[in-house]
Amino acid sequence: MIPADLRYHHEHEWARVHGGQATVGISHFAQDALGDIVFIDLPKVGTVVNAGQQIGEVESTKTTSTIYTPVGGTISKVNTDLKDHPEVVNSDPYGKGWMVVIDLTDGGDVDKLMTAAQYEAFLSTQKH
Amino acid sequence: MKHTPLIDRHRAHGAKLVDFAGWEMPIQYASVVDEYHRVRTKAGLFDVSHMGRIAVSGPGSLAFLQRMTTNDVRKLAVGQAHYSMVCNERGGIKDDIFVYRTAESDYLLCVNASNREKILQWITEHQRAAGDACGIEDRTSDLAQLAVQGPASRDILLAVGADNVAGLKLHHSCESRPAGIPCFVARTGYSGELGYEINVPADKAADLWTQLLKKGEDAGLKPAGLGARDLLRLEMGYLLYGNDIGEDTTPLEAGADWTVAFQKGDFIGRQALQEQAQAGPARRLVAFELLEKAVPRHGFRILDPSSSRPIGEVASGNLSPLLQKGIGLGYVLSSFAPPGTALAIEIRGKILPAAVVKPPFYKRKA
Repeated sequence: MIPADLRYHHEHEWARVHGGQATVGISHFAQDALGDIVFIDLPKVGTVVNAGQQIGEVESTKTTSTIYTPVGGTISKVNTDLKDHPEVVNSDPYGKGWMVVIDLTDGGDVDKLMTAAQYEAFLSTQKH
Repeated sequence: MKHTPLIDRHRAHGAKLVDFAGWEMPIQYASVVDEYHRVRTKAGLFDVSHMGRIAVSGPGSLAFLQRMTTNDVRKLAVGQAHYSMVCNERGGIKDDIFVYRTAESDYLLCVNASNREKILQWITEHQRAAGDACGIEDRTSDLAQLAVQGPASRDILLAVGADNVAGLKLHHSCESRPAGIPCFVARTGYSGELGYEINVPADKAADLWTQLLKKGEDAGLKPAGLGARDLLRLEMGYLLYGNDIGEDTTPLEAGADWTVAFQKGDFIGRQALQEQAQAGPARRLVAFELLEKAVPRHGFRILDPSSSRPIGEVASGNLSPLLQKGIGLGYVLSSFAPPGTALAIEIRGKILPAAVVKPPFYKRKA
């Protein structure tokens, strides 16, 4: 449930780096803790964001959770399929449940994120 | 934490368990939204054994319950039930309950899990003080309660041999034998669907649970958790104690005027409620829907859209799976209560337009 090729933020977002871009979503742990996701509010394409900044919200039947971007840059793509099918984040958090693509300002942001092994160790310290 | 007799079944089904008023209860088995849709289209099986069941019996029970509750208990025929309130002297709601008349002088109260001990203490003190000739017995631990809710629920009860529930009218009850087990079955529920609540001896509850799921399988019956139950009740505008009502809100403010029978004689809270009825409550609980997709939550501010002045607060809110809109209940100044009134809800700094609507949000197909 923790893909080895991604990097992870302590707020449970992941980043998949490809060229000068990163695709961002929330982890399996995050979707499982939220329960059934019913609505996702995402930023507009063109928005400039800094690493660690709030970029949206995930609403589940239980609660609301803030989405933090693990990397800084310019939002270049938003997953519009999530508007009608937010539940995809529950079923496929690392695939079809991706949220935004960000043109990276500083590739160094990625190096500050956890590796899969580090994230796994981090999760074991979290109360589930 | 307290456990119902079905805890092992919940664990075997892989339920997500949470602390609910001191009880470890299933909030969901697989998916809240799937369980919600199953109840709206087929049927769901709920464990609601955490609800307090209190028997009141004896020749003085009618007079006693007339004083302790707001609705008119004289109107109940044997085998009939109604929704009612237990109020404090200020007219504030100590609990919202169901009163079942089970025999000539016997009644069963179904109270909220979170209020069980408080209500037991409250009614016991009043019974002692007044010397009413009635007994009060907490039946919660010896009776489990299963709810079968959804359009297929009648067929499912017939499939387990509870033949005499076939003609049961809404808010009526009878002794029956689902799966051969002697039970008290009522056509009541918290979902807005056709449904039944079954009080079953605690030691037979797991057996009944298994038999219902087995015989109800073809009709689509599956377990459903408290998460689905909350969505179902919110779409009906049913009140949730602790969120929508409490000791500082009255039945009149909550829009439950119909549970207050002023003409029946004295009851606790009557004077305060009568004064409020004459003056008109300053605030009222309304149902509202958001005009843009977003999710209102408990505690969010409600504003007058023309001046952005705060006029109230959200009590309950969620995204309606049926309407795919944010819906909620909230208290507003009475001048904003008529259906159609424009409101605004403040959601994390954003001001979103909303409108008062007449509940329920969902109407069952006839």
